[in-house]
Amino acid sequence: MYDVQEIRKDFPILAREVNGKPLVYLDNGASAQKPRAVIDAVTRGYAEEYANVHRGLHYLSNLATEKYEGVREIIARFLGAPDPEEIVYTTGTTMGINLVAYGWAMEHLKAGDEILLSVMEHHANIVPWHFLRERMGVVLKWVDVDETGALDPQKVIDAIGPKTKLLAITQMSNVLGTVVDVKTICHAAREKGVPVLVDGSQAAVHMPVNVAEIGCDFYAITGHKLYGPSASGAIWIAKNRMAEMRPFMGGGDMIREVSKDEVTYNDPPMKFEAGTPGIVQQIGLGVALDYMMGVGMDRIAAHEASLRDYAQSRLTGLNWLQVQGHAPGKGAIFSFTMDGAGHAHDISTILDKKGVAVRAGHHCAGPLMDHLGVTATCRASFAMYNTVEEVDALVDALELAHDLFG
Amino acid sequence: MAQPAFEEVVEDFEFLEDWEDRYRMVIEMGKDMAPMPDALKVPATKVEGCASQVWLHMTPEQGVFHFQGDSDALIVKGLIALLHRLYDGLPVAEVGVVDARSELGRLGLNDHLSAQRSNGLRAMIERIREQAAE
Repeated sequence: MYDVQEIRKDFPILAREVNGKPLVYLDNGASAQKPRAVIDAVTRGYAEEYANVHRGLHYLSNLATEKYEGVREIIARFLGAPDPEEIVYTTGTTMGINLVAYGWAMEHLKAGDEILLSVMEHHANIVPWHFLRERMGVVLKWVDVDETGALDPQKVIDAIGPKTKLLAITQMSNVLGTVVDVKTICHAAREKGVPVLVDGSQAAVHMPVNVAEIGCDFYAITGHKLYGPSASGAIWIAKNRMAEMRPFMGGGDMIREVSKDEVTYNDPPMKFEAGTPGIVQQIGLGVALDYMMGVGMDRIAAHEASLRDYAQSRLTGLNWLQVQGHAPGKGAIFSFTMDGAGHAHDISTILDKKGVAVRAGHHCAGPLMDHLGVTATCRASFAMYNTVEEVDALVDALELAHDLFG
Repeated sequence: MAQPAFEEVVEDFEFLEDWEDRYRMVIEMGKDMAPMPDALKVPATKVEGCASQVWLHMTPEQGVFHFQGDSDALIVKGLIALLHRLYDGLPVAEVGVVDARSELGRLGLNDHLSAQRSNGLRAMIERIREQAAE
């Protein structure tokens, strides 16, 4: 059985109070809290095992390198990737997607070529493509979600045209919680010879991921949402795509030789990892992923599904609350607005006074906000350590807010 | 002592024990404020640096400071109502003298004034002081 109280003990911050109330942390979609094992690994990394990687031939450098490089295998296992050398370290999803934009798309797309996106994408999976639109005349095409917030895979597949050169699709909406059937999309896209980048920023923390099964070409994750340190992360890139890429950031570590007249590059994945990386952060990410896999991604997913069902039933009972997105099989992410409250910030301010941390705003998803016809929403996003009691605390706080604004 | 309109609020607040009632009153004050005509909600009156939309329209008349304001967020609108009581009707020369931070602190609302807060109270106070100084 899944003992959420035992899991909570692993996350020291959950014991604290905020505004005199026990912390109810429901802003996991923005960033997740860290288990003791990760905090300890980061502390130990600096206190006992720190040196730069890949450089020195001394004891500590070798030790740090070994630990740091060992994380590739953990990430590969976490993502179901066949080969750790297909894992490129990043500082997060944003960097991963930018790497694909500059390193792959800029090499292979030309003016008039199309990139297909869903309207649910996060700005991190929009703005890099706008760069290509601005610089190269690449065209962005958008696929809408239906009235429940679901994305019909067939609609995406049908939108693939002769000029489509890349699909960039989230596996889980950070606003609606909608889970996208990326597998169906990827298999159809592969038949048409179109590569797919999957933004796994939200999804990877909530469900088992297997990139081989999905059949994508790029899968980007970010460490801080995976109970890992901020500025850790990775992108899985299929071997054949990696071979098609040019490095986009230049500097130390990614080169083999540099002279006044020429430069030769290191082998992938290091070819794409310029400069001193987040050594300790990445080591911490490995510990976070091991922690999650130790609990079991299936069990985490089941726990969160029960939280989702409970939250859905409680929130639906509030007839003055408008929850955005009811796609079947959605994750435990709830965006809402409230009758009477002028602005999402009104709601989050009151919730905060009650110790309930949620996000209010546009959630870095401008096109989706336009599609929904709202400027901002409040978002409660759940994680492996949240409880049904915390759903109740959220509802109590919402009732107070409604009472104050009504 | 601040203006009588603001002192009234301070007195009312003394009877309110918990933050919920204080917020309730702030929200009510926002709702009771004279509406700002939509025609005045233009880029020139918009206060940037606020998470919600905020407009302030200031009109010094014969040396007396007057302003209207609005926001799409109810709590922020309430804060504007408090600023209205603090500043509206003051001689223009005295606007810069008001220590808004400590006055609002008397209401136990100082947590709205930290630099990181995105409600824009600081930006609003700055805009008022700038306009009065012109």
